[in-house]
Amino acid sequence: MSSTFRFAVNVTPKAGILDPQGRAVEQSLPHLGVSGVSAVRVGRRVELSVEADDRAAAQALVERLAGELLSNPLIEAFQVEELGAASSLVAEPAR
Amino acid sequence: MTRVGVVIFPGSNGDDDALHAIGLAGAEAVPLWHESASLDGVGAVILPGGFAYGDYLRAGVIARFSPVMRAVAAFAAEGGLVLGICNGFQVLAEAGLVPGALLRNRGLRFLGRDVSVVPERLDTPFTRALATRGPLRMPIAHGEGCYYADPATLDQLERDGQVLFRYVAPDGRPASGDERANPNGSLRAIAGVLNAAGNVAGLMPHPERAAEAVLGNAEGFGLIRSLVDAAGERAAATGPVLARAAG
Repeated sequence: MSSTFRFAVNVTPKAGILDPQGRAVEQSLPHLGVSGVSAVRVGRRVELSVEADDRAAAQALVERLAGELLSNPLIEAFQVEELGAASSLVAEPAR
Repeated sequence: MTRVGVVIFPGSNGDDDALHAIGLAGAEAVPLWHESASLDGVGAVILPGGFAYGDYLRAGVIARFSPVMRAVAAFAAEGGLVLGICNGFQVLAEAGLVPGALLRNRGLRFLGRDVSVVPERLDTPFTRALATRGPLRMPIAHGEGCYYADPATLDQLERDGQVLFRYVAPDGRPASGDERANPNGSLRAIAGVLNAAGNVAGLMPHPERAAEAVLGNAEGFGLIRSLVDAAGERAAATGPVLARAAG
């Protein structure tokens, strides 16, 4: 019997890759009167549900998707995170 | 008659111009739908500019997995000529058919204006009809055109002659640090690259939008002319193979 597992894939620019978005965010900080914040890197988070026989199989599929589709390994790193029962899945609103 | 295909992805917008430019060069222009698994026996393929699949996730990545791209990859592996323009370059890079990646423009802005580039080589299927290595003026229109590869790869590309075009100042001087000349911040001012075998090329500027005097600029036509001529020669040399591919 298969179960549904929920994951998040966090994709960030690799160290050393210029991140103009991160730089723009950083440059806006003085306008907020904020100092002491640096090394801002802007990435992307993808959340997904996977139906699989077990957790390991689900995780393996997510790792594969993360490497082949959700990130470009030349320029981005990714980290797979398992989301618990309190995932971000939004339930259908009650009528 | 030489037949050159242009892939149409949902969101392509340079397809009509590319088809028109192929016609100007005397070849039959063949539209290739993104869901087609066949290239219809064409002698060369252009991946046009635009925003394939909305450029969601990363520019070019969704397009990479379309049925037509499986056919393009097989065609390229057999030595078939493939030219990716702008978004087409991004698709080729995501597919690993040319080296490197296209990052967000250094200034974060979408850039739509003319640039000057020089061909680094005139002995390729994409530049053979160009008379000189002088600068060519062509328009760019992209948000993600900052060419990136790691330093070792960049050195290898330079060494093996895989840098096809470089951004320069309008007078042909190197762009080095000149943000007007290299507006997206591409490493080593690279505007176009070749794969290792030399039969697949990608570039950010739009030759098809500068291919006819009536447009006010025909400086890009040499690239289209080159591809059509090279495709014609290749078709003559490998006719039976192409016929089989078409069958």
